[in-house]
Amino acid sequence: MARRITFMKAINEGLDMAMEKDERVILLGEDIAGGAGVEHLEKENEDAWGGVFGVTKGLMPKYGRERVIDTPISEMGYMGASVGAAATGLRPVPELMFNDFIGFCLDTILAQGSKMRYMFGGKAKIPMTIRTCHGAGASAAAQHSGSYYGILASIPGIKVVVPSNPYDAKGLLIAAIEDDNVVVFSEDKTLYGIKDEVPEDYYKVEIGKAKIKREGTDLTIVTIGKMLYVALEVADRLSKDGIEVEVIDLITVAPWDQETVITSVKKTGRLIVIDEANPHNNTATDIASVVGDQAFDYLDGPIKKVCAPNTPVPFATNLEQLYLPNADRVLETAAELIDDLKK
Amino acid sequence: MDKLTKERAEWIYKKMNDIRNFEDEVHQIFSTGSIPGFVHLYAGEEAIATGVCAHLTDNDYITSTHRGHGHCIAKGCDLDKMMAEIYGKETGLCKGKGGSMHIADIDKGMLGANGMVGGGFPIAIGAALRNKYLKTDDVAVCFFGDGAANEGTFHESINMASIWKLPVVFVNENNSFGEATPQKYASGSEHIADRASAYGIPGETVDGKDLTAVYEAAGKAIDRARKGEGPSIIECITYRNYGHFEGDEQKYKAKEGGEKKLADRDCLKEFRKYAISKKILSAKKADSIEADSVEDIEHAIKFAEESPIPKPESLYEDVFVD
Repeated sequence: MARRITFMKAINEGLDMAMEKDERVILLGEDIAGGAGVEHLEKENEDAWGGVFGVTKGLMPKYGRERVIDTPISEMGYMGASVGAAATGLRPVPELMFNDFIGFCLDTILAQGSKMRYMFGGKAKIPMTIRTCHGAGASAAAQHSGSYYGILASIPGIKVVVPSNPYDAKGLLIAAIEDDNVVVFSEDKTLYGIKDEVPEDYYKVEIGKAKIKREGTDLTIVTIGKMLYVALEVADRLSKDGIEVEVIDLITVAPWDQETVITSVKKTGRLIVIDEANPHNNTATDIASVVGDQAFDYLDGPIKKVCAPNTPVPFATNLEQLYLPNADRVLETAAELIDDLKK
Repeated sequence: MDKLTKERAEWIYKKMNDIRNFEDEVHQIFSTGSIPGFVHLYAGEEAIATGVCAHLTDNDYITSTHRGHGHCIAKGCDLDKMMAEIYGKETGLCKGKGGSMHIADIDKGMLGANGMVGGGFPIAIGAALRNKYLKTDDVAVCFFGDGAANEGTFHESINMASIWKLPVVFVNENNSFGEATPQKYASGSEHIADRASAYGIPGETVDGKDLTAVYEAAGKAIDRARKGEGPSIIECITYRNYGHFEGDEQKYKAKEGGEKKLADRDCLKEFRKYAISKKILSAKKADSIEADSVEDIEHAIKFAEESPIPKPESLYEDVFVD
């Protein structure tokens, strides 16, 4: 049996192994080591933080400050520098501390990194993995809790992955770093502590391929990131009533796995998408649109979305819990779809 | 720094002529409607691109601006393919999918014209970071306009280049206007180079119409960068012969005074006269370079006009590396 490690440790290990394998892999970000230039830390070759959550802890002492680069608080500067370094042959992995800071550096992704290959007639390669974190549930309030992977997923030329568990996190991160394109790797900050079995080897999880986490015949629930756990709880509860839910962990939101989702919907005839992002123009909306177009004749009811409301993330704990999609909300939605099954 | 030898003077004079002829022709052709989109012409600023790129090899990188044809030519990009790109043809440098504002050739170290004002700063320091990380002595040059100096990328990138002593030179082409707004109105400091002291790096303002002034300042700054001594800012005072874009009425340009005097200067004529007087260029050679250049640009136009438009399926190609 493989050892059990946390989501955070799995990401750290993925970075470590990718750096060990390829010297062109460098990390950049704010306090990803911490304490740059501090005499007593330099003397002991120690990092102060290893990132604000400690995800990159220990990598600077192992690989040095040339490869684990603490940047000034200058998101557009170091994100753009990562594009430049990637275009000229390195494989940078910049960390955007919270995805909510995307506004500071969006140009470098939206107008530069994602378009260079196309604009330059196929001559450029931008092998760059942007690590960032999203998600409500940590009482971090409106500017540190949003989920913006869907916004990034709407930009042509970038891939966006959202792992839900330690095994996928490590394998997806390695796949992202080996990928010759811009990949956004969005971590849910509330998952950092969860543990699961993770092999010690260097392995990849395929980008663009969803995983069926539970098979079922009556209802398909597609999830992104930690919404998987909501769906699994719903599936357990509905199973007691004899209703079998197929749960699909989307894993990649751009390009999302249409084949797996559509095949499942054709089997079950019912679809709920759970997406923590705000409800308009998000990934769930896109999935609903594509499934409506491709599998309309197989549907036994309307496609349902369970998302965050169209509000910023509130601070108060009770409101934040109301904001997040939960099993009760999904069950209410499921009830609308499966009334006929119960009868 | 390499001296301005005969060979180098001839190279520079050819490139200056290529840029001028290329831009004058594009100006004419654009008015006929054969070139689509937005075009920003570099004519009038030739001394800067050539005076800087004379010190660079294919291994050095540059980032450019929306006014990028001059940088492209000075960095050695193919004239035929450049013209075809501006025409939106399949044979273009970017297969017709970039156009004037995104013209690029990574094989030549040309990391792209850029439709985003100030977009080149962080890309240039990224290329410089790569050069330093791989322990090469290659440099990166970031060309930027006076308008770009007021973008946030200027601050973040130059500060980072300074703290990491990156091998990069920031070459400002202060052509007096950011679009239709005078630099004097838009900038709190009289000279953009004055800002260098805030980042603890050298900054120098030079006459951007004078090839030798640009050549010397760039040579010094590029040498410094190659030796690992860090970045510099060079501000080149210049003026564009045409408007911000083709079709600009240029109502903001002065009809007399110092600005008009700057506008009336011709950096090609000035360099020809200087180089002949210093015996690094003969009048005969200068004449033949001028004739060759006209011919080369005519060839480029013919190539572009005769080239096919991109195939429909190419719309979907090169979004990702497969």
